Amino acid sequence: MAIPKICGIETEYGIRILPPGEYSPVSLSSLLVSSYVSEIQRQVDWDFEDESPGNDARGFSLESTMAPSVEPHLLNAVLVNGSRYYVDHAHPELSTPECATALELVRYDKAGEEILRRSMAAANRLLPEGASVVVYKNNSDGKGNSYGCHENYLMDRSTPFGQIVQNIVPHFVSRQVFTGAGKVGSEARVIDPGDDRALYQISQRADFFEELVGLETTLKRPIVNTRDEPHADPQRYRRLHVIVGDANLSEVATYLKVATTSIVLAMIEDGFFAECDMSLENPVQAMHEVSHDLGLRACLRLADGRTTTALGLQWDLLALAKKYGVERGLDCIGGEESGAHALARWETVLEALEQDPSSLSHQLDWVAKLELLKGYKDRNGLSWQDRRLWALDLQYHDLRPERSLFARLGMERLTSDEGVEAAVMYPPEDTRAWFRGTCLSRWPAQVVAANWDSLVFDLGSDPLRRVPMMDPLKGTAAQLGSLMRQASTPAELLRLLSS
Amino acid sequence: MSERELKRRSPASKQTNEDAAGAQSAPAAPQATSAAKQGEKIKADLDNLLDEIDEVLEDNAEEFVRSYVQKGGE
Repeated sequence: MAIPKICGIETEYGIRILPPGEYSPVSLSSLLVSSYVSEIQRQVDWDFEDESPGNDARGFSLESTMAPSVEPHLLNAVLVNGSRYYVDHAHPELSTPECATALELVRYDKAGEEILRRSMAAANRLLPEGASVVVYKNNSDGKGNSYGCHENYLMDRSTPFGQIVQNIVPHFVSRQVFTGAGKVGSEARVIDPGDDRALYQISQRADFFEELVGLETTLKRPIVNTRDEPHADPQRYRRLHVIVGDANLSEVATYLKVATTSIVLAMIEDGFFAECDMSLENPVQAMHEVSHDLGLRACLRLADGRTTTALGLQWDLLALAKKYGVERGLDCIGGEESGAHALARWETVLEALEQDPSSLSHQLDWVAKLELLKGYKDRNGLSWQDRRLWALDLQYHDLRPERSLFARLGMERLTSDEGVEAAVMYPPEDTRAWFRGTCLSRWPAQVVAANWDSLVFDLGSDPLRRVPMMDPLKGTAAQLGSLMRQASTPAELLRLLSS
Repeated sequence: MSERELKRRSPASKQTNEDAAGAQSAPAAPQATSAAKQGEKIKADLDNLLDEIDEVLEDNAEEFVRSYVQKGGE
């Protein structure tokens, strides 16, 4: 039986200083994180003890210079909503807390945007008069530099990694039709710049994928990333680290991205693909073709010689998911109601994509942006090379309320303003993030370090006490709520926990 | 978050949420009419946005696009 698909999203944000050129991206990112933390909450340091991003899911550890590096000297904080907020290379990055459902994750992803908006305001109060920092939620600067939006899904360690690779790739290639955030131009050398398909494409990220499987995230990016760092009991769990997605502003896109991937991963765990191999003949090439195919009709060749399209693959996956729901139930993605909601939305979006993608201009990022750009282009008689269209593309992702084009498009919401506000201040209730966030909120002075799978308390006289949280499903409000209410000090809490 | 917290803001979202909620047996004709109305509304909204977009667009698009460089990450 598939295990619950606990999930989270890490987003690296693009940044810019106005007027240009006075700050390094690293110091600007640090300013954003530190000004938020010092203005909104006291900093609790991130605990790096268990970090090993060089471990590879294929069973070896890569200690070479190519392994991703951890930079403990850079600013790192854990927030009261259970998320981690830090400087990753030259970007501010926010990792949401662990969430139990796709809809819950949408709320925390939006809370992440709100935290960045508040960081902008806090940073601008510290900058000299006339200077300001601007944050973008996108994945590309249009000049060959990409930064990520990574998803994470809890998986059963006993599922062979090869099986995951074989069956998730067709989904990663074809889900772009609803996860794409849209982009003017092409940064992949596989498409001739003179080709019409290079003018606008579905995905921000597809251009940057060159391999099928691997550990890299910054060059020769693989469709399936092998980072093996479960941040949980490694005997029981795997954390599938997904680097292939776009950062979405659209709530529907984020929701579908996470919900459909969760279902497909559950089906893989339950061996549901045994008689249904959708392997592509050339996945990397297919990744680029799907992104550059606005008509959604490009022919994709499967390894067994059959041909299909991205929508064809999605319809097949949906049919399999419906069968899975009937035969096995959808408890692992939050229960029947939540599962049925996901399947229904998946279907209506596929139908609309098939009949008239432009009808999704209030639901999907790539469609919304394309309709906006086409409207502006036609009205002003511009060519796709006109820099005003490229500027509009970037500005779609601008997080400043007064400049954000996304905010002006009136896109469909799945969350409420109140729900997002609550997600800025409080952790999700049904994962271990609840324990992390609640302890931080109640005892900021005594929680001296935090990590995904542990909290470290300073109780005064004793040595520091580390509380392991090796199971992402444990530490919920339902499990620990009454105990937490009983405890008036961290010392009492630890005593109650160990009794 | 529970399903009842779903917000239906725009007319577009209303239409879609109703569809998603299981209106598949609804007669085809009214849906088509409503889809057409929906399309007109979307077009009108976009026109309104295009009317005012030059006011929010970055002053110097050429310079803005050129200077937007993001190195490092992941």
